[in-house]
Parts: sequence; C-alpha cells; structure tokens
Amino acid sequence: MSAPSTPILQVNQVTKTFGGISALNEVSFDLHAGEILGIIGPNGSGKTTLINGITGFIELTAGEVFFRGEKISGKPAHKIADMGVTRTFQIMRPYYSLPAYKNLVIPLFSPRAKRTGGWRGGGKLGDRNTVSIDILEELGFERESFVPYKKASNLPTGYLKRMELARCLALNPEIIICDEVFSGLSMSEIASMVPLVERLQMEGITLIMIEHRLRELFRVANRIMVLNFGEKLIEGTAEEVMADEKVKEAYFGSEAVEEVMDHA
Amino acid sequence: MKESTGQRRKERLDRGIKVRSEGLYALMSWRELSYLFFPRLVLIGGILILPLVVPSMYWQRVISIVCIYALLALSFDFLAHYVGLVSLGGAFFIGTGGYLAAILNTSFGLPPLLTIPIATLLGAFICTLLLFPCLPLRGVYFAIVTLMYPLLLARVIEALDILGGTDGILGIESFANRWVEQYFIILIVLFFLFGTRRLVNQDIGLVFRAVKDNDQSVRASGISITYYKTIAVFISSAIGCLAGAYLVHLYMWAGLSTFALDFSILPIAATVIGGAGTLVGPVLGAFILVPISELLRAFGTLRIVFYALILLAFIIFRSEGIMVYGQRKYHQFEKWIKV
Ligand SMILES: Nc1ncnc2c1ncn2[C@@H]1O[C@H](COP(=O)(O)OP(=O)(O)OP(=O)(O)O)[C@@H](O)[C@H]1O
Ligand SMILES: [Mg+2]
Repeated sequence: MSAPSTPILQVNQVTKTFGGISALNEVSFDLHAGEILGIIGPNGSGKTTLINGITGFIELTAGEVFFRGEKISGKPAHKIADMGVTRTFQIMRPYYSLPAYKNLVIPLFSPRAKRTGGWRGGGKLGDRNTVSIDILEELGFERESFVPYKKASNLPTGYLKRMELARCLALNPEIIICDEVFSGLSMSEIASMVPLVERLQMEGITLIMIEHRLRELFRVANRIMVLNFGEKLIEGTAEEVMADEKVKEAYFGSEAVEEVMDHA
Repeated sequence: MKESTGQRRKERLDRGIKVRSEGLYALMSWRELSYLFFPRLVLIGGILILPLVVPSMYWQRVISIVCIYALLALSFDFLAHYVGLVSLGGAFFIGTGGYLAAILNTSFGLPPLLTIPIATLLGAFICTLLLFPCLPLRGVYFAIVTLMYPLLLARVIEALDILGGTDGILGIESFANRWVEQYFIILIVLFFLFGTRRLVNQDIGLVFRAVKDNDQSVRASGISITYYKTIAVFISSAIGCLAGAYLVHLYMWAGLSTFALDFSILPIAATVIGGAGTLVGPVLGAFILVPISELLRAFGTLRIVFYALILLAFIIFRSEGIMVYGQRKYHQFEKWIKV
C-alpha cells in the first residue's frame, strides 16, 4: 500500500513520566513495512513502557505515534489493535479458566477479525472454534493431541507465549509487537519459535521484538535499537550496535553481551 | 438384582456424556438425552404447575412476587458473575420500570400489553444511560452508584411532589384475570432464564466473561470493553425494568416503595443461597427465600433475624449454593452396569 520509503509506524519524541520519574525520554524511531526491528536494553530501561505507549495501554506524557500516517497516540487501546497494531504481554495474559482454543474465540469475535476474517481470512470460512484450532496448529499446538483443548491454567509457559502470538494473529495484524516472547523458554523451544517468526515476516507482517536473548534476536532482526534509562542510545545493525561504546557501558558485565561478542 | 452384583460395577451416569455435551459431538442414546434434559423438565414443569397447586389466592400472589425477585436475582447474577459488575440496582430498575409503566398506563391510556414492553426497553435505555459514566468503576464503587440512584430518584419525587409524590400513582390497570397475571410472569422468568443461559454459552458470552476476568487481553484483542459492559447493563436493567413494570400492574399502584432497598438486597441473598454464577440457582433461591420471608411475616420485624440467620448459615456452611452442590451430586449419581 504505502511506498517502501514511508514508514508504517513513526514514533516521534515519545516521553513518559511516572510521578516525576521519567521512564521514557524523547524516544523516536521509524518502523518500515515488512522488517523486524529488535529493541534491547537493560532491565527497567523502558522497553515495555514504550510498547504500552504505542499500543495505547498507557497515556503518553508527550510525543506522537503515527500508523500509516494516521495519528494513533491518544486513541484507546482497542482502536489501535483494531487498526492492526497488536502486541503481546511480557507477563502473559491468557484467559486461564478457558481451554486454549476458546482463548482465541475472543479475538476472533472482535470487529477486526469479523471484518478481515482473521489470520489468512480463515474466519470467513469456518466457525470460530475450528479457526482457532487452525491458528494454534500453525503455532505448534498439535491438533491431534489434547493440548489445544487443555485449560490455559494447565499449559506450560512455552504454550502460553505462543498463545500471546496467536491472539495477535487472530486479528490478522499488520504489526505485531512482541514483548519478550523468547524469555522463559528452553533452547529447543526458542529454536522452534525462530522459524515461526521468520514465517510471519515472510507473510508480510511487520514485527518489533523486545528481547533479552540477544543471540536469537540477532538471527531474525533486520535492525536493532538500544534503550537505556528511557533514552535511545543507538540504532543500527547488530554489529554496529554491539561495537558501540555506550552500549558496552550500558551492558557492562552482562553475560548476554559477552556471550554474543564471543560468537561475533 | 442383588445376586448378580458380582458381575457388575458402579458407573457414574454422566460418564462419557459430559465430554461430548460440552464439545461438538452429538449425543448418543435416549438415556443420555434424558440424563441431560430431566432436570430441565422438572424445573419447567414444577414452575408451571405451581399456580395450580398452591392453597390460596394469597399464595398465588406470593408466586408473582417470587417471580419478580427471581428476575432481579437473574439480572444480578448475570451482571456480577459473567461481566464482573456488582450491581445493587434492583431498586433502581424496579422503580424506573414501574413508574414508566404507571405513566404510560394512567397518562397515555396504554394497556399492560404495551406498557410492559415499552417500559422494559425505555427503562433499560434510561438506566443504561445513567449508569454509563460509571462503567469504568470497579467492584464496590459501581455497586454504590447503583444503590445511590434509587435513593436519589425517590427523594426527587418526594421533594418536588411530582409523579404523585408520596401518594404514588393510583388507578393502574390490572391484568385480565389472575391466570394471565400468573402465567405471564412465569413464562417471562423461564424465557429469561433459558435466554441468558443460552447467551452466556455462546461466543459473545465468552467475551462477557473475558471482560470480567482479563480486560487487558480483551482490549489487546481489539474489543471495546465499554461496549460489552453497556450491552450487559442494558440486558440486566431490561430484566429488572420488566419486573418493575409487571409489579405496578400487579399492585395497581406505583409509589416510592418501588425504590425500596429490598429489591436490591434480596436478589443478592437469593443468589448466595441458590449458587452464584449458575443463573438457575438465583431463580431457585428466590423461590425459597421469598416464601420463607412471607411465612415469617407474622413475626414482624423479628423476621429479619431469621432471615439473617439463614443467610449466615448458607455463607458459612454451603458457600457454593444449592445449585452448585446439586449439580455436583447429580453428576455423581451412579448406576449399575454389567462387566
Ligand atoms: N506503572 C508504573 N508506575 C511507575 N513506574 C513504572 C510503571 N511502569 C514502569 N515503571 C518504571 O519505568 C521504568 C521502565 O520500566 P519498563 O517496564 O518499561 O522496563 P523494561 O525495559 O520493560 O524492563 P524489563 O526488561 O525488566 O522488562 C522502570 O524503572 C519501572 O520501574
Ligand atoms: Mg519489560
């Protein structure tokens, strides 16, 4: 739709203060259609706050966010999701009392899913239960097993993380913002999630990925942005970012960086 | 029977039924079908037969009042346990629906057949509009507002001496005969009981429950929680206003007592006794509680004590309520099968 030069998402001078303490300070960046942008930063550097600000879950103190040229900052969260800008929660928020597949009936009931048919338009063909099992299967819930029918409260973290992604997919999203979908997963679970993320990108979904697992992030991300104390330190390729003195300083002593540096 | 016990074992009646009836599969046999539908038939049959078997007209009147409270309890249970809005709005709904029906009948000359549906919809619209600003409030704050409106409206009517003031509106048309009066409200109760049950078991019911359990995820799913709360409040207040409209035609009078606190409190007690979150439980709760409270009328104000004791006992000993307990026992029924 939009020319490749105009960004799908523009974040301008976004600032957020919590009772005088600044969690985000004039952060700006552009997101281009079809890319994967990685956001990294030490604990408490404002990554989740940035996502909450973009997706309308908190009110920004200052700054603006544009999606396809339309201002979305100030809109309510459900409107922003309705436009196709979706997010996962770092602390997963499934409907614990419902089976996994019933969890997806709710996003499939949303106006956007009804309009677009959900991921790949499947919602226009079948009933919501079947469509949600289709989506879960794509995310590695074995169709023939009991897993999709299990209550969410009985599912291990790995599946709950996928359900966060599934909720976004049910909306047929344009952008998915993932808040640490890899953390808390085993190496083999991450290994199975990486191709999934790559496939989403191939299907034309634009992604922002917040991660502490740098090695896996660098495999999939086209660009990396670093946050520290609510400020943007640098933006660039993985090599450029890791070679930067300020980043080394911010991550000083962090094993994650040393490990990545060793492999670089 | 006894001698063959050696080759038989006990099996729970619901074995194999429960999974399928909750999923997509069809039921297999008559026996299984009757297992599922028997309680429903007993309930419907029991309620329908009630006006014929009660000893006097006085008790027929009690049944009508039971039904009014049953509707209020249903309205409370739906809103509190499926949407997460704790409402003490019984008095608000009864008063609004009641006064509307009274005005429509005495000032515009409309018959009950028209005043009741109009008062139901118009009343639900007014109540929803007044409660709309409070929808973001949670828990006790929403409850307080729903309790405040009836007090406020009653004072306004009293102070400004409008709508009949403290005398109320007299001369409201009654129903054609007592059978119409009885069966009209009984059918309404059954309709809304099965209607709300149907509603909460559909996809939209999942959204309602999701709004209650996890509103952040609902918002992240591109769904407006205010929209669904508004729909739910409308449904709930429509049920309450309908009960109110019926009430004033029953008593042929609408007065300040339609805003009485009883209409807010008793439905909650009925819900506690019957089983919160079951919808049918609160209706049964009303069928138990209202007659008891009538029987105790002789004791005057002392009946509050009995009343409180019953409630206390239920909260302490059987907090899950009759319906939840009964359902579990029913599912645990066993039969003998050959092995
Ligand atoms: N609701 C809030 N009220 C007050 N302070 C907050 C709130 N949310 C976040 N903060 C503060 O803002 C800062 C940034 O928090 P944020 O959760 O965005 O960090 P993060 O980069 O996501 O960290 P992590 O890697 O641990 O997830 C922290 O200092 C945090 O304490
Ligand atoms: Mg975070």
